[in-house]
Amino acid sequence: MKLSALHQSYLNRRNNNSFRSPLDSSVDASGKSLLAVFWLILHCLCCLISLLLGFRFSRLVFFFLISTPSNNNLFSSPPFRPDLPPPRSNSTATATEVKSSSSRVVVGRHGILIRPWPHPDPVEVMKAHRIIERVQKEQKAVFGSSSGAKRTVIAVTPTYVRTFQKLHLTGVMHSLMLVPYDVVWIVVEAGGVSNETASIIAKSGVRTIHVGFDQRMPNTWDDRAKLEVLMRLQALRVVKEEKLDGVVMFADDSNMHSMEFFDEIQNVKWFGALSVGILAHSGNAEEMVMMSMDKRRKVEEAEGEEERSSSLPVQGPACNATTDKLIGWHVFNTLPYAGKSAVYIDDVAAVLPQKLEWCGFVLNSRMLWDDAESKPEWVKEFGLLNENDGVESPLSLLNDPSMVEPLGSCGRQVLLWWLRVEARADSKFPPGWIIDPPLEITVAAKRTPWPDVPPEPPTKKKDQMPLSQGDNVVVIPKQQQQQQRSSKVRKPKRRSKRNKHEAKPTDTTTQVSSSTKHHQERN
Amino acid sequence: MTNLLSAILLFLFLSASSAQHNVRTERISGSAGDVLEDNPVGKLKVYVYELPSKYNKKLLQKDPRCLSHMFAAEIFMHTFLLSSPVRTRNPDEADWFYAPIYPTCDLTPTGLPLPFKSPRMMRSAIQLISSNWPYWNKTEGADHFFVVPHDFGACFHYQEEKAIERGILPLLQRATLVQTFGQRNHVCLDQGSITIPPFAPPLKMQTHLLPPHIPRSIFVYFRGLFYDVNNDPEGGYYARGARAAVWENFKNNPLFDISTDHPTTYYEDMQRSIFCLCPLGWAPWSPRLVEAVVFGCIPVIIADDIVLPFADAIPWEEIGVFVAEKDVPELDTILTSIPTEVILRKQRLLANPSMKQAMLFPQPAQPGDAFHQILNGLARKLPHDGSIYLKAGEKVLNWTAGPVGDLKPW
Repeated sequence: MKLSALHQSYLNRRNNNSFRSPLDSSVDASGKSLLAVFWLILHCLCCLISLLLGFRFSRLVFFFLISTPSNNNLFSSPPFRPDLPPPRSNSTATATEVKSSSSRVVVGRHGILIRPWPHPDPVEVMKAHRIIERVQKEQKAVFGSSSGAKRTVIAVTPTYVRTFQKLHLTGVMHSLMLVPYDVVWIVVEAGGVSNETASIIAKSGVRTIHVGFDQRMPNTWDDRAKLEVLMRLQALRVVKEEKLDGVVMFADDSNMHSMEFFDEIQNVKWFGALSVGILAHSGNAEEMVMMSMDKRRKVEEAEGEEERSSSLPVQGPACNATTDKLIGWHVFNTLPYAGKSAVYIDDVAAVLPQKLEWCGFVLNSRMLWDDAESKPEWVKEFGLLNENDGVESPLSLLNDPSMVEPLGSCGRQVLLWWLRVEARADSKFPPGWIIDPPLEITVAAKRTPWPDVPPEPPTKKKDQMPLSQGDNVVVIPKQQQQQQRSSKVRKPKRRSKRNKHEAKPTDTTTQVSSSTKHHQERN
Repeated sequence: MTNLLSAILLFLFLSASSAQHNVRTERISGSAGDVLEDNPVGKLKVYVYELPSKYNKKLLQKDPRCLSHMFAAEIFMHTFLLSSPVRTRNPDEADWFYAPIYPTCDLTPTGLPLPFKSPRMMRSAIQLISSNWPYWNKTEGADHFFVVPHDFGACFHYQEEKAIERGILPLLQRATLVQTFGQRNHVCLDQGSITIPPFAPPLKMQTHLLPPHIPRSIFVYFRGLFYDVNNDPEGGYYARGARAAVWENFKNNPLFDISTDHPTTYYEDMQRSIFCLCPLGWAPWSPRLVEAVVFGCIPVIIADDIVLPFADAIPWEEIGVFVAEKDVPELDTILTSIPTEVILRKQRLLANPSMKQAMLFPQPAQPGDAFHQILNGLARKLPHDGSIYLKAGEKVLNWTAGPVGDLKPW
């Protein structure tokens, strides 16, 4: 009641002196009015402070006045919360004390316990990751592959020494290293066994069989595909002779595989087919976008194309939607690319796949053996295969192509991607991609994202390049660099783009100005 | 001879342990035995009182939201009992009596139940029962059971201090209470009560199920409030400061995926996590426990002295991780120092379908679900001790006890 009186008087307040309250009839002494004024001012002050803080802070005040802080291990952090009072285990007049004498859980206000360094401990983070790893391993073991069989994966890769070999082969190698099953990697090399390839695949840690093939890789994509077929057949012969047991898959060195692919092929019985995503890039992104826009327009107008209208063309088995039985094949539609596809290795155009790429097929290695007992009749005898008859796709290994098992939920899942990107036939690259000894002359590239560097003060060394190309030239002769290394603060900016003795700049990418085309055989 | 014996024992042990490898689930046996799969039919008989619809149907008609909130167990229990084989129409042969009242069906516009009228409703219902049927007076309610799924059970208040002040409704002192609230040495948990899980919608959870081979990549997961600024602006009251401690200590920790978001992939995220935090809120129980069990995420229970559902049938110590509220700042150390074998075992126990089934209230009822576990619990309390039967005219309960407001008719 007092508060309501004060409230009313607060609203009516104009004059300190003439303080009137409708309920307080006898306003006699000035002392009483002073007290009232004091309460009023205190009330206003409290209201303002509460407004600022955002809550009724009167409880806080009472705590600080009444209860004494107890000495338990409470540590609260300053920045966010105001210092919280300790738990009210010894404070007054709450009904909590009524019953819970035997309970150690106290109702009421508790402090928020924060440890002094609330950040993750790296040792514990590592332990947590080990736990996660172990749990996932267990999940895979219990729920993972449906049959539970863990068959060896036999990967067949045709390759040859060229600029991008290390790039592509390392990608395939890392995929194979991550496979949770046993892997036998058969690498067939055109041009014979070479040290470069051998040194790359030696780092894989899986069992490798390095086979040499006498012919050299030709320079046109079509001839190359034919040679690759012969190389793969050679690898299959190795499988037959060594009597390797497992699932044979064709890992072309520039393809990309997902880990689910290896899990899925475990389910093959004899001969399986999967969907392959085709990335018919030329490296020229603009052209690709234009092409896909054209394609999409055409697809919207025309109908009845075998390809899906999504922007990624897919090659693989086609199934009946309801019965999930194989009824045909999705083949790459070459019509949009007619006349615009790459013929030679260094063409700046889309590289098209064959009708049915080998990488989309997997087979049981027992199919290739001579004397496998339960080999079905619809499998041709591999030993009698005549490759001069023209083997285009692995379907030639079968008598009856309708017995192919579609994998990857009947071709709906795309688990690997086909891509062909190669450098120019005459592109030079440092052997093994190791530059040894380090180059003496470095020249900055014309377009760099790094900020401008003031040029080095001229030195007395003889071999200095003239400051002709732009203003970002850093000339660092070798001996002086080593002397100055301690005094230099700047980070070294080596952008060595060329060998010292090479006069002509060579681009190791496919973005080549279409000035000349070289037709000679690859060295 | 002893060598042979030890060899045999060793062989048995090895074969047993190797048999456990790659086994998906493990049997669950609590202190009451392997009772999750027990069938209560034939072990007890329940008589359902015919109460006027103002106690049940009319409330539901007024607000159908009562069917989907976490207190819906009281309604579904009624529907289940009406069509269950344990129901008997002859009250003389009944072991247990059930009065279908929905005390938690008085909702605010935002959906929270108001408990202020519930004591009066209960009182009025019990007066009706005791005057129309003789069975209440025979035992003063000791062979009756009521479902009170509200925050603090039969204390009928959402604020803990007020709930403790009120205590369990005096008229329900002798009856068995089937409630979600459970905390040791607390006024609102009677000795003979049966703790049940809160209602979580089974169909909704079913639709969000992922295949079990999806790898679990989140270490600790939690979604919910850490501070309740509306009801607890100063902080320190909500969850006894435990949730705030979780936030302050672990918001910078990448292993802890905790926030106040409301993601649409909440159920899916739980299935991708190894540990799910189930800290107390205003009350120690929460539907998070049910969700964690259904989705195979190990529940980390941060609520001192909590009594979990069906605690005598389910060995919660072996399934979940219990962390004291004062140990919350060391939660990461605690969780990472659990041996991997123990974690794998907990996951196997959680994968047991009877475990998941025991936490759910499916419509229609299925064997092994929470309804049957409640009946199992009631059956385990049989036969009734002779001392509950009162002599004619003897009165134990005080019908005028409690706050004055409760005595008003409803």
